[in-house]
Amino acid sequence: MSHFRSDIRQRAEELIALYPRKRSAMLPLLHLAQENDGYLSEEGIAEVATLTDTTAADVRGTASFYDMFHLEPVGTYVVGVCTNIACLLAGGEELLEHASATLGCAVGSTSDDGLFTLEETECLADCNLAPCVQVNHRYVRTTTPDAFDAMVRDLRDGRLDHEVPRHGTLIRVKRQGGLRVAKEDLARERASALAARTARAETAAPVVAQAGAPAVPPETK
Amino acid sequence: MTEVIRTKVTITVDGRSVEASPGELLIEAAERAGSYVPRFCYHPRMEAVGMCRMCLVEVDGPRGATLQPACYLKVSDGMSVTTDSEKVKKAQDGVLEFLLANHPLDCPVCDKGGECPLQDQTLAHGSGETRFVEEKRHFVKPVSIGELVLLDRERCIQCARCTRFAADVAGDVEIAFAGRGDLIEVATSPSAPFDSVFSGNTVQICPVGALTAKPYRFSARPWDLEQVESTCTTCAVGCRVAVQSSGNRLTRVLGVDSEPVNHGWLCDKGRFTLDSIDANEASSDPLSAATRLTEPLVRVEGELRPVSWGVALTAAVQLLRDAGDADAVGAMGGASLTNEGAYAWERFLRTVVGTENIDAQFGDGLDPVLLQSLPLATIDDAANAPVVLTMTGDLREELPVLFLRLRESFVRHHRTLVELSSAPSALHSLAAHSLSVRPGETPAIARALVSGNLPVGTLVAETELHDVRGALGDGTGVVIVVGRANLAEDQRLVDEAIQVLAQGLPGARFLVVLRRSNVRGALDMGLSPRLRPGRGVEPSASGRDTTAQLAAMVAGTQRATVVLGGCLLGNVVNQDLACSALETSSVIAVTGHGGPSLAYADVVLPAQVQYERTGTVTNLEGRVTAVAPKIGAPGSAWSDVAIASELALTWGQDLGLDSIELCAKVIEDTTGYAALSVLQDQAFDGVVMGLSVTPVARHAMDPMAFPGIRSTRTVGLGESTGATSLLDAGTTTTTTGSTPTDVALARVDVPLADAYAFRLVLVRRLYDRGVAMQGSPALSGLVGATRLLVHPSDLDRLGLASGARVLVRAPGGDFGIDIDTDETVLRGTCVAPWGTLDANGDNVVAMMVDPSSPVTQLRLETP
Amino acid sequence: MSVLNAPPIVSSRRDYVDSFTLARYLDTGGYSALRKALTMYPEVVAAEVDAASLLGRGGAGFPAGRKWSMLRRSAISYLVVNGDESEPATFKDHYLVERDPHQLVEGVVIAAYALQVSQVFIFLRGEFALGLERVQQALNEAYAHGAIGSKIFGSDFSIDVVLHPGAGAYICGEETSLLEALEGKRGFPRIKPPFFPAVTGLYGEPTVVNNVETMSNLPWIINHGGAAFAALGAGRSTGTRLFALAGDVQNPNVFELEMVKNTFRDLIFDPALGGGLTPGRTLKAFIPGGVSAPWFGPDLLDTPLGQDEVGNLGSMLGSGSVVVLDDASCVVRATWRITKFFSRESCGQCTPCREGSGWIERIMYRLEHGGGRLEDLDLLLDLCDNIAPGLTWPPQQTTICVLGPSIPSSVHSAISMFRDDFVAHVNHGGCPHD
Ligand SMILES: Cc1cc2nc3c(=O)[nH]c(=O)nc-3n(C[C@H](O)[C@H](O)[C@H](O)COP(=O)(O)O)c2cc1C
Ligand code: SF4
Ligand code: FES
Repeated sequence: MSHFRSDIRQRAEELIALYPRKRSAMLPLLHLAQENDGYLSEEGIAEVATLTDTTAADVRGTASFYDMFHLEPVGTYVVGVCTNIACLLAGGEELLEHASATLGCAVGSTSDDGLFTLEETECLADCNLAPCVQVNHRYVRTTTPDAFDAMVRDLRDGRLDHEVPRHGTLIRVKRQGGLRVAKEDLARERASALAARTARAETAAPVVAQAGAPAVPPETK
Repeated sequence: MTEVIRTKVTITVDGRSVEASPGELLIEAAERAGSYVPRFCYHPRMEAVGMCRMCLVEVDGPRGATLQPACYLKVSDGMSVTTDSEKVKKAQDGVLEFLLANHPLDCPVCDKGGECPLQDQTLAHGSGETRFVEEKRHFVKPVSIGELVLLDRERCIQCARCTRFAADVAGDVEIAFAGRGDLIEVATSPSAPFDSVFSGNTVQICPVGALTAKPYRFSARPWDLEQVESTCTTCAVGCRVAVQSSGNRLTRVLGVDSEPVNHGWLCDKGRFTLDSIDANEASSDPLSAATRLTEPLVRVEGELRPVSWGVALTAAVQLLRDAGDADAVGAMGGASLTNEGAYAWERFLRTVVGTENIDAQFGDGLDPVLLQSLPLATIDDAANAPVVLTMTGDLREELPVLFLRLRESFVRHHRTLVELSSAPSALHSLAAHSLSVRPGETPAIARALVSGNLPVGTLVAETELHDVRGALGDGTGVVIVVGRANLAEDQRLVDEAIQVLAQGLPGARFLVVLRRSNVRGALDMGLSPRLRPGRGVEPSASGRDTTAQLAAMVAGTQRATVVLGGCLLGNVVNQDLACSALETSSVIAVTGHGGPSLAYADVVLPAQVQYERTGTVTNLEGRVTAVAPKIGAPGSAWSDVAIASELALTWGQDLGLDSIELCAKVIEDTTGYAALSVLQDQAFDGVVMGLSVTPVARHAMDPMAFPGIRSTRTVGLGESTGATSLLDAGTTTTTTGSTPTDVALARVDVPLADAYAFRLVLVRRLYDRGVAMQGSPALSGLVGATRLLVHPSDLDRLGLASGARVLVRAPGGDFGIDIDTDETVLRGTCVAPWGTLDANGDNVVAMMVDPSSPVTQLRLETP
Repeated sequence: MSVLNAPPIVSSRRDYVDSFTLARYLDTGGYSALRKALTMYPEVVAAEVDAASLLGRGGAGFPAGRKWSMLRRSAISYLVVNGDESEPATFKDHYLVERDPHQLVEGVVIAAYALQVSQVFIFLRGEFALGLERVQQALNEAYAHGAIGSKIFGSDFSIDVVLHPGAGAYICGEETSLLEALEGKRGFPRIKPPFFPAVTGLYGEPTVVNNVETMSNLPWIINHGGAAFAALGAGRSTGTRLFALAGDVQNPNVFELEMVKNTFRDLIFDPALGGGLTPGRTLKAFIPGGVSAPWFGPDLLDTPLGQDEVGNLGSMLGSGSVVVLDDASCVVRATWRITKFFSRESCGQCTPCREGSGWIERIMYRLEHGGGRLEDLDLLLDLCDNIAPGLTWPPQQTTICVLGPSIPSSVHSAISMFRDDFVAHVNHGGCPHD
């Protein structure tokens, strides 16, 4: 019996099918487990272990390497404030202190109402808008204390629901389309293309720019 | 283009040139050149990871000399290396300082203190003063991560030896690194603790005191320990061990890196049962396995009373004489004896008493004559064979270190495993081909492998069979590992299958995996109706095997029985028969441990047990090694040679076996069996009987790889850094001369399958209710629950959920048992563990077996 | 100043709000390069890239064409795109994946065609939630458009592109660590040799790893020819490059500039670019290529923005990030924060990096927050020397990957350039700027 919601379980199976080896789906699956529970629960870890043919200790050990995975429950919103170099120079530490006061929780902990978890992050690669703030990995581009407080109000009142899903949800765009060619056919295709290339190399045909080998019909608009 | 294949390369280490094999690791080649490179994470029995960076040396390259890890770099021709430059020293000292920065330096209270590689390195190279003034990293001090292991994360130096062992060697990923950077720690999952049967190895190879064994913790300081090298006789693999004691108390058993056998590894049962030997002097109830027998006992007015040896021996002789004639006397057991003990008992029974009713097997083995006729393979042969065919139980549960050796071959060297599968096994996922064999089908599947014709109704697919036959060829290069996959399947079916394979795959060799400690040696010494000492065979001899003896006891024709060792009741599947037989016959028990069988004993003769005695033993591949005493036996327990000899004298005859050495000499003089020479030559890795095996010189022991072994005073070990001269085994071989085809086997017919019934597969567990486990405070709590396993679809068919209770309708009666599912159980079969008891203490598993049929069929119903 | 004389190559759609949509992409010439590439022999496409002399934009600056051709002896199995971008103050790939995901996809398919690889993984930093959604959307559109999938654009070439989210670990930008993460493991960099994933990469098979920006250049190169690309810039540094300017400047942003033709002074002070410092402030130092790089002082402002031009002066152009420190900012604080970053991000395999980073961070913390001692400066340098012997650049190392020897860069630079500031901290018992 699956611990995952049925839609998540289905996405998990689709994900695994994308990789040559099951275990490669580990990180995306852990993101899904986090979407299912808001954090990585024991059950979620066990499910990922089963799906990737390994053990719970292995999955837990792997997950704990990565900052985005939470092994303990967190708030609905995980607020990250960057204090790395660019943000430091722009007042990131001060904004983090302010955030802690506004949310009523210390860095690394969760507010009493369970709504917010506050984290100090490393560089979030948005340094032109420093200091940088993310909520559930959505950039909120809120650099001043006042703007931060306004954002918190908006979150509380649900005005940002369309932009910021609850913690754990990462990619809301579902993968569509796919290769739909049997693996063996693909291998055969590649092998013959490579053989042709080798043959060309052996006949020492000069490889010059623009040497054409039209494989495509001309574009029809 | 012809390629010149170079077999040797030359490298220069600190100005000296040394030859090396291409692909050899620099750290090894440098050591041979006399430059020992310091190290922590490197372990010769595991793939290098180059993580600790202690082994940095300067290697000349196109861009000048650069620092490279010697443990990871492979030598190449012309390589020039400096291991002692200022730059190297600074780098290594830097690493050491970094390692110590967060280390608690609590050596005085640490189990590893005195034998710690980190401590040794620090004393040798450390600067003595610390530049680290910051607060050290803090973790909660030792946390229990499994039944036997404690973890102190503050002491951990993140070398990944334990996690690599668990993942790569054992395949039990129950511990793994968690966290990142300097917060990295070894961790388990809260839902699955570190309960691998190999957990003790991680303690042994931890280069600091981060992992400690609960049973050993605080029991001794290394400098108090004395040590001998011996052989573990907990099972038939015969791992070489360093046995350590503090005074006359055993404190620790460590795995010795024996190239042909155990590579330094042990299973937890072998490592930790030592507390059953001397920790239980307090208990005196002879029916409890926790009791060490210290004096002879004789039953007086229904009660076992302590007596002198003289009284006990006289009573025993009286019982044997009272039986009437020699054929009314029998003996069973003997796997727990040394070869010398087995030989002495064989002589006493055959030449003094005159009986042929002698059997070291309990109906749980194989035809002894067939066994002696097979072309043999060593463990190394199996581990190096391109194709291995297994027809055994789960080797991890039966012969754990053999499992490790084979697993390495499949995982690391990608050799091919073909498995005849009857029940879930730890090697299953590594098998290239897995052919399902339901109980009773064993000979038919063997025949199909040879002929290509599948019997009707099997679970094996034509294509799979075809592929397997392709892989096996005529057997050349194939090693077939045979044992008893199912104790509820008649032995004769397995014998037949082996014979079929031996005939049909003439190129194949066999590794016979009988499980109980020295059962192989006992058979070699003639403890079997048709065998004679030195692997002699007397095909026409008639004598009763154990099963026949039990029947004769019940019938009243065998009136006196010698039971050698305490494990009879733990191993005879037909418990009812065994109990009534012991009830009816007079019983002389010879054993070092108490146990339930003693309820039936009239005379009890206390024997020395492992680590108290000297002699030789023979492992499953036929390797003879020496066992050495570390402590004296408690009370007045005697060696088996002494007991048999004194019994003979009491009877009125002299066996002429006045000492163990003399006994070994007689064995070797009369049969050519390498007993005395192994005992005297201290040939640590022993001699394989029946095969010509090139002896391999022991490596110098690296205390970094095996901390704890050489840092204590050694006896017969450690000094042997060069080649040990071994006997030429080929010349001392005794062989039977017969071939498997000659051996006459009894045939048996399998009843038709009952479509509504489940066929029972009775499998062995490492942690069972045997005497060794029950006598060990450290291990007795680890025996698993008795549960029945079926395939999930069969459970659906029964309309039951996993974990539910099912009603078993069995020959021995109806009873309830908890049921679970496993995808690898064959449909239409159910798997039960032998040697476990249910919650009421009943041996329900024994009640399931139908002794009147070659296979057992059970009805399962909802209660 | 000469700053705007080159055509924008990877940021040409910068002014469109809908630059990330397929419609806009097609409207602005999108996927024409792929169609063109498919009319060429794969090795001709590769030769074009070789001719462009496109240096990798991920940090190491290895020529893409050479990386590909090293592989051509054994068939490449996988192409992996490195979009982990976590080097502090580097934010150009972030810009590219959010604003021009189709350009990345087109570049990736061109590269895959040149290498004849059918399986591509785009490894994108997990914290880029919007970027992940934009790239997935672009992939979906590309599938529908026939630019990915079976027999793309009617050719014989089929390809699958899988988007793989990271999960928060800087080290996964290191290519072998990235491959470990892609195999579902802890992101421990692999020990070398083998030195290149091209030999043993994903699942032990030959693999090409290239940066997002490297890939994003390919459509332009195919459309305009490698020679046109090589005609821009100078020496080994051809084409244009995205520079992420951050820190104490008026106008921090991502700018695309022709290589070598412009200097750090242009980038920082040109009104159309960085716009200079806060009025009244003077430049103290700048970091020329991400926080792993040694620092430059104001005396090196006129260094051209080129790979060798920076390399020859003992630092690197690295990830194309430039961090500006003015005289009001505390270099000790900045250094401490950078060491804190490395300490948090060390993977933990190698003793010198794992223990050294934490130790150095704690000493730096004391210096900045009180409790610093003068002897700490020598201690710091000696610890750095134990991670990167000789403190040379490019560094020697006692570790597996170059995260380790990146730690000393800032510490060594700051102490040798601004020893007085450190001494002032010791004397003041903490930061005098507070
Ligand atoms: C610690 C470390 C972090 C790195 N981070 C990144 C990164 O975030 N993005 C990237 O493209 N390359 C990064 N690299 C460089 C990659 O290892 C690799 O050289 C690059 O992806 C190759 O692509 P290119 O040749 O197109 O530049 C990093 C290297 C190191 C040592
Ligand atoms: S140098 Fe640091 S980050 Fe790189 S492999 Fe070693 S410990 Fe990991
Ligand atoms: S890195 Fe070579 S022994 Fe650890």
